[in-house]
Amino acid sequence: MAFTKLLIGFAFSPNLRANIFEATRLALQFDAEILFLHVGEKTTQKEQEFQQLLAFIPQAPKKQSVIWKAGSPIDVITATCKKEKVDLLLLGALKRENMLRYYLGSIARKVTRKAPCSVLLMLHPSIERIPCQHIVVNGFDSPHTLHTVEKAYEVAQALKTQKITLVEEISPSEIKIAVSDDKSLRKATLRKQKLNRQEERRVQDILKEIPEAKKQGVKTQSQSIFGRRGYSIGHYARLMRADLLVMNAQEESRFWHRLFPKDLEHILNEIPTNVLIISPESHE
Amino acid sequence: MNKNNSIGLFVKTLPQNIFSGFVVSLIALPLCLGLALASEAPPIAGVISAICGGMVVAVFGGSSLTITGPGNGLVIVLLGAITVLGEGDPLQGYYFTLAAIIFSGVLLFLFGLFRLGALSEFFPASALQGMLAAIGIGILAKQFHVMLGITSVSGSTLAQLAAFPESVKQLTSLSTEQLLAPVIGVSSFVFLFLYARIRNPLFHLIPAPMWVVVATIALSYYYELVLQQTQPLDPSLLIQLPSDLVQSLPSPNFSKVTQFDFWGVVLSITLIASIESLLSIKAVDKLDPLKRRSNNNKDLRALGLASIVSGFLGGLNVVTVIARSSVNVNNGGTNRSANFFHAFFLVLFVLLFGPQIQRIPLPALAAILVYTGYKLATPENLLRIYRIGEEQALIFAVTLGVTLYTNLISGIGAGILATFLVHLFLTKGLGLFSRNLLKPNVLMYQEQQSQTYFVSVKHFCTFLNFYRLKAKLDEIPQNEHAIVDFSLSDFVDHTVMEGLNDYRDSFSRKDGNFEIIGLDVHESVAAHPFSVRRFNPVPNLLRLGDNFTKRQDSLRELALDLGWQYNPQVDQKSNGIDRFLFFKTRQFNFTSNRLTSPKKTFSFFDLSFSEGIFIAKEDLNSSFLLIESPLPLPVFVLDRESFLTPLYQLTGIEDLNFEAFPDFSKRFFLSGEDKKAIQAFFTKEVVFFFESHPVYHVESNGKKILIKGRDRSASVSEIKALLSFAREFYQILEKQGS
Repeated sequence: MAFTKLLIGFAFSPNLRANIFEATRLALQFDAEILFLHVGEKTTQKEQEFQQLLAFIPQAPKKQSVIWKAGSPIDVITATCKKEKVDLLLLGALKRENMLRYYLGSIARKVTRKAPCSVLLMLHPSIERIPCQHIVVNGFDSPHTLHTVEKAYEVAQALKTQKITLVEEISPSEIKIAVSDDKSLRKATLRKQKLNRQEERRVQDILKEIPEAKKQGVKTQSQSIFGRRGYSIGHYARLMRADLLVMNAQEESRFWHRLFPKDLEHILNEIPTNVLIISPESHE
Repeated sequence: MNKNNSIGLFVKTLPQNIFSGFVVSLIALPLCLGLALASEAPPIAGVISAICGGMVVAVFGGSSLTITGPGNGLVIVLLGAITVLGEGDPLQGYYFTLAAIIFSGVLLFLFGLFRLGALSEFFPASALQGMLAAIGIGILAKQFHVMLGITSVSGSTLAQLAAFPESVKQLTSLSTEQLLAPVIGVSSFVFLFLYARIRNPLFHLIPAPMWVVVATIALSYYYELVLQQTQPLDPSLLIQLPSDLVQSLPSPNFSKVTQFDFWGVVLSITLIASIESLLSIKAVDKLDPLKRRSNNNKDLRALGLASIVSGFLGGLNVVTVIARSSVNVNNGGTNRSANFFHAFFLVLFVLLFGPQIQRIPLPALAAILVYTGYKLATPENLLRIYRIGEEQALIFAVTLGVTLYTNLISGIGAGILATFLVHLFLTKGLGLFSRNLLKPNVLMYQEQQSQTYFVSVKHFCTFLNFYRLKAKLDEIPQNEHAIVDFSLSDFVDHTVMEGLNDYRDSFSRKDGNFEIIGLDVHESVAAHPFSVRRFNPVPNLLRLGDNFTKRQDSLRELALDLGWQYNPQVDQKSNGIDRFLFFKTRQFNFTSNRLTSPKKTFSFFDLSFSEGIFIAKEDLNSSFLLIESPLPLPVFVLDRESFLTPLYQLTGIEDLNFEAFPDFSKRFFLSGEDKKAIQAFFTKEVVFFFESHPVYHVESNGKKILIKGRDRSASVSEIKALLSFAREFYQILEKQGS
């Protein structure tokens, strides 16, 4: 299965109900355990309120437990993930006022960077189920990509998604030809076509390594896009109205990268849709 | 194309480029002299810069049809530079300015080297228009007085404008002899206005400014040789050339390089030079019959080099100029050699006709400049911008006002600021811009199945980040299908809409397809006042339909009699008409008053088109008739054989003659690629038909036949003649087909 142990941190916010419904539903679909984590003091009032909410869940997952722990949210969440061997952390994104734009709160953002496991950023958790119809996966030229793509297929099987699009990004710097007149335009176009074919071959090679069983019933497409790595794929996912964007985890995240955002940072700045970040370590 | 082939083509097209270069030099000479005078530089400086421009840019340039030389836009900047740096002494100011020109040439070269051609994209369209209008008013204000023979007026543009009534009043106190200067000036001006109205091809072979120059030189000879009088004009109203050109080359004075003023001048010159050049290059690309794309950065490098050379030789800045370039296109120039030959003929003129040039009166040149200034600042421009949106008119007015009160740099700065403030007001806040300015907001991909290029733009797209979208659009071959999607962006400004309209035009010229989607969502947000009006300005303008003219009434009756359909509406879609050879160097504007036969075999319409750009622009209206041919035809053009035909042959367009029909061949000019097919088509019957009927311009594109009446809208009786001609011709075609 794609994931075996899910963790969701909760706070008593208006969104809590939707978050819990979404999380338990996911746990059911993945056939996984779920942990609810609250960072803060445990009071009987809070506990009662939470238990009441849990009672409304239509169908409970195979195992669920609640953890109460005080401390700094970032440290507590990452530590719990490690200790409990959680392999998927669920986080809710915030919506910008008056605008259809989503972003992560500063805590969630730090957690995403430090998390030892895969992370799912949920855009609009809802009480009713919204089917996941289209998954966009990055096909970056990276050693982790194969694992990410495989996970995406597992998720697709679990969520009964019909369509996966593998997106490979061709950065302008690879084209190396600046278009200034007809001649350079022809050259650049030819070069692009060549890169396109190369990328296509690479993606097809990746697809070959995925077991047939996982690909069954899922329509696969691939698409090369021209743009800055990590940013354009978010734009593409949003444009295609994809329900889920699956990305490689960032290998390292330094201060420098936050100033000049790299791959994932772009996505975290402006969350295009539900984003699943696959951690390489979660591989057994 | 291999090298041999291209050399062959170059040699083959050489005659037509020499010819075109010659015609361009005719318009260039008076403009060069005038623009230099308007900048208060010695008149020869303008000619020097055109010569340097032609020689250097022809070799190193990156565009095919552009002509280079002193530009209108720079007049005001150079005038300011000469005044500021000279501190009251124009000659010293000129020497200092030469140094500034050299440095600006270096900067321009660097602009080109580091591909900064895109810099000019950061100027909002309306602010640019406002700046151009201010330049026009600046030229007009100063030269109006000179046109009336008064050279003493000076001061700021506004002061000069205020002095208009004073100058006109002075005319009444002049003696008859003194009146000659204003009479020359004013009549030259009137002539320039009427030139486009006179439709005589021989007359139009010489550009209007050259007629003015030739006529005034002739006048001065008339006084001297026929009336046996001395030249009646005051010597201060005549052009002065140095007696020995090579000896008297001025040397630039570099002693102010350490001063702040000097670098301010260098920057303004560079800025205006690059803007004017890039705008012109873009406009000329639209005219190129071979649809080539210019290399802007290479052109900037060449212009920079040319300016350096020109500065050292005492010339002004070299920029790409629009009116002269369009004259080049209209006269059959095909490559950069035309630019070279224009320079070459200028050298000849200066060497051979020095004494004659010194007889040119300044009021005549001033009239040319006043006309240029008027064309730059034409009220039509303001009206057009006002129609796009009131806020655009505001931006235009702010730029214009600030430029007139202060200088060009502050003016364009104010224009940019005004545009930005307007955008803030329209989007109700800074957030949209501040959060997203630095994000790469453009995604482009080629759809794997359809091979369509899809471009999606996020957040906002205005003059601030249009360069990103442009960079992507420039990478799409223009014969492909491209879709630009704005559904993810909240705000798109007028500069972008106008820019995209240009893209759409160039895609359709190259048989590609360029679509814009996702904007209809925005109208309700009211963030898009620009797009709505942008695309259909003409129908509102003419307001046809309600009030029929007399001619329209008769057209409607004619349609009723014939059982045809009549549609008076203005249609901006060309429906492929602009692909006919006739429109190769002409710009299609719109059609109206369309009469269509029931089976759509015949359609008649009035068509508005333009020739040339800017001061060389002429808007024309003609009646056309389009026939769907019942059989496939060879592609050909048939027209009256005129005294111009030998000239056409000189320029490489061939006249096909048939030995069997000497009379026909003598009367008609026929040309086309596939000679055998044409010969087969022009049977005895067809030839007899053409010989026995009035002569029209007849053109076939293989499927359709376009028949053009005169160079004006046809009267109802002429339309009837045209229709019967078309019907008989159609019958002959049907007979041939069966």
